[in-house]
Amino acid sequence: MNLDSMYQEIILDHYRNPLHRGLRDPFDAEVHHVNPTCGDEVTLRVKVVDGVVEDVSYESEGCSISQASASVMSDLVIGKKVDDALELEREFLALMQSRGTAEGDEERLEDAVAFAGVSKYPARVKCALLSWMAWKDATAKAVDPAAAAASASVSATAPATPAALDVPEQEKP
Amino acid sequence: MTVTEPHPAVLASGYDVEQVRKDFPILSRTVHDNLPLVYLDSAATSQKPLAVLDAERTYYERHNANVHRGIHVLAEEATALYEATRDKIAAFIGATDRREVVFTKNSTEALNLVAYAMSNAETTGVEAARFRVGPGDEIVITEMEHHSNLVPWQMLARRTGATLRWIGLTDDGRLDLADLDSIINDRTKVVSMVHQSNILGTLNPVERIVARAREVGALTVLDGSQSVPHLPVDVTTLGVDFLAFTGHKMCAPTGVGVLWGRLELLEVMPPFLGGGEMIEVVTMEGSTYAPPPHRFEAGTPMISQVVGLGAAVDYLSALGMPAVAAHEHAITAYALDALASVPGLRIIGPPTAEARGGAISFVLTDDTGRNIHPHDVGQLLDERGIAVRVGHHCARPVCLRYGIPATTRASFHLYSTTAEVDALVEGLHGVRRFFSK
Ligand SMILES: Cc1ncc(COP(=O)(O)O)c(C=O)c1O
Repeated sequence: MNLDSMYQEIILDHYRNPLHRGLRDPFDAEVHHVNPTCGDEVTLRVKVVDGVVEDVSYESEGCSISQASASVMSDLVIGKKVDDALELEREFLALMQSRGTAEGDEERLEDAVAFAGVSKYPARVKCALLSWMAWKDATAKAVDPAAAAASASVSATAPATPAALDVPEQEKP
Repeated sequence: MTVTEPHPAVLASGYDVEQVRKDFPILSRTVHDNLPLVYLDSAATSQKPLAVLDAERTYYERHNANVHRGIHVLAEEATALYEATRDKIAAFIGATDRREVVFTKNSTEALNLVAYAMSNAETTGVEAARFRVGPGDEIVITEMEHHSNLVPWQMLARRTGATLRWIGLTDDGRLDLADLDSIINDRTKVVSMVHQSNILGTLNPVERIVARAREVGALTVLDGSQSVPHLPVDVTTLGVDFLAFTGHKMCAPTGVGVLWGRLELLEVMPPFLGGGEMIEVVTMEGSTYAPPPHRFEAGTPMISQVVGLGAAVDYLSALGMPAVAAHEHAITAYALDALASVPGLRIIGPPTAEARGGAISFVLTDDTGRNIHPHDVGQLLDERGIAVRVGHHCARPVCLRYGIPATTRASFHLYSTTAEVDALVEGLHGVRRFFSK
């Protein structure tokens, strides 16, 4: 195994200088997704105008892969039609599930093809997908708040984003 | 009871870790491109010596049958092997009666067994009064519990309307006992705590807390998942009512754990799972339950794993738990010193080896002071063949308490060496170089 295939320079660049980071107004939907096994978290906002992804903003905590992926994802989908962006999400998901066998279409996925190497590391695929899943969830809520509410329980149990363990506050003596 | 011969590694002079390592075939394998494996993840699960592998294999090759219910040779042999482990465990933890040893699938099940028994107490007679909990009663745990000793008590509190309370932590990873007398009070029904923390490494002052619990008549449960495999543990000295531990962390196979409980308590404790083996008389209208331990061992148990656990106990006894503890203490002290030399590294937990075990959690920053996420640390160490664990280690409240998303944890066992610690430290320097470039 060659680690450089995971920690591509592009990934390290996005990690060091993330794009679109910070939570911004206005937004239509905000979601919080966590990766309970490693503690990666992202809070992400989406603004959709006339079927176009107007803005994606986020605050995230996590490893270099998850941080870089949030940066790459937001840069890729901002300005795209929602349907086109969802198509990119499916392509990225397929790339991440390829176990190192796919390269990804650079014309379409741009910097996101740098994550191809991550797909060889099953434990890290979730990291690369975290912000994409959060974006997809937030976009569904932004586009159709009623339908999103109805399917909320489903998205909360999706493998990439299981619900956080809820830990109560200490009861004061 | 079998008397085990001392292991050759402890016969000659002190503790010969290289000799011990020869018993663990996996430790001599290589990973990636021919790198020696540096296994520093024993707090998650220990490796298994040949004697344990052989015991399971021999069991299946020669003695396999269901236990307790046959009158043929194999059934008797299988039962004898299964029950022999009960004796070995009793001796290993200083229990006075073999009936106090209940086999479960792991610590998690052992802890759930007690928590569920407590909410089943309404369904049995007055003799189970000590196990009853309801609104107004309090359940006490600590902030450093593994989720396996946290969630079952949250669930018990929700089922019964009791209140969950906990003992907090000091900045250096110890229990904050300042308010002990108000946290454990007349309303407390049960106190459940970890003996040695899997994330902080802290060895807790059990006697002190048990003394307070006794004053108020509360039951005490000890999670020995990280102590029984590493130190001499004696239930009589500790004075607890229940002790849970898990085989796979003490050189035994996965799939077997133990709940030890005081006989007088087990005799009145309501069962958790119903089924075959745990009954006395069954009619369509109702059933009476078998005495302990069988009352708590419903269904066909994990027979080969129990046999493997017996072999693991023999193995540990031959080395001698005081020798194991001394070896691990030395490695821990060495590691704490060595890790202190890594710039940007902060230990989460007690900084010295005093009252502390060999699970060492830390966070790391690069040259600019930026955090290097544990996931990245673990990945780069793996590239060197070094296995550590990253994440919240099933103790997320501890990470919340110290304001960190996760830690990297190196953990040791009876086969760990100072050379492995050196490899870790060198690896960590490498991680910092990679992210500082
Ligand atoms: C302190 C502690 N308690 C409980 C457990 C749970 O053990 P098991 O998963 O074998 O039930 C573990 C192991 O992960 C542990 O370290």
